Amino acid sequence: MSSKTTPAKRVERPLSPFMIGPYYRPQITSISSILIRITGLGLMAGVILAVWWLMAAAISDSYFAFANAVVTSWFGKLVFTGSLWAVWYHYLGGLRHLYYDAGHGLEIKTAEKLGWAMVIGSVVLTVLTLLIL
Amino acid sequence: MRYLTDRKRAVGKGSAHSGTEHHWSMTVTAVILAFLVPTWLYIFGSALGGTRAEVLATFARPFPAILTALVLVVAMRHFAKGATSAIEDYLRGSARKATLIAVYSLAALIAAVGFWALLRIMMIS
Repeated sequence: MSSKTTPAKRVERPLSPFMIGPYYRPQITSISSILIRITGLGLMAGVILAVWWLMAAAISDSYFAFANAVVTSWFGKLVFTGSLWAVWYHYLGGLRHLYYDAGHGLEIKTAEKLGWAMVIGSVVLTVLTLLIL
Repeated sequence: MRYLTDRKRAVGKGSAHSGTEHHWSMTVTAVILAFLVPTWLYIFGSALGGTRAEVLATFARPFPAILTALVLVVAMRHFAKGATSAIEDYLRGSARKATLIAVYSLAALIAAVGFWALLRIMMIS
């Protein structure tokens, strides 16, 4: 038996190369996937604004007046409307992930349809939410 | 004769250095959030734009308060773990460690501020 265990050599393992653009043309499957990550990270803007607004309500009338003015300004509306779309998109992406994980929807035609369903569905859900609230 | 089994030598050598705990944790928190978030959006969206008295009245009630606390716990865990995947994809070494610590700190800070706000609203209402 000539199996000497290889000495622990420090290997610089590769990081994920960014494939979309230089190596792959954008496809709805890859774009809809990376948008889940982008919306997830971007949602922190809405979360921070929401928690700050709640904290202001807990503190005082004057601080709430300030936070409420920010939240109901064009900037606040932009962040919250964007967050609303992001949360619905991320939501549908999560459902798709669960569906994929169960071994379904992986045929290319179906996967492409699911990608478009997320894009269209998230816009529809955003508009519906804005109409209800 | 080798005393270590092939399995023993292989465990932890994959790119993840661990099993499926991370993926499973994301699955669990995702499913919980799928149930919590629509209702929370309705409560938060209805409270938004109201007077301070209305906002305090809403979040002093048990259901909105407990739901908000639950969303904070589960969502911040989901965020920290999800951001970990992104960080591990694109950063290495000290930058990776520093960013991971910053992300976990931010998640904990947001949750703590949210809990404090809920507690204080409960006390002053």
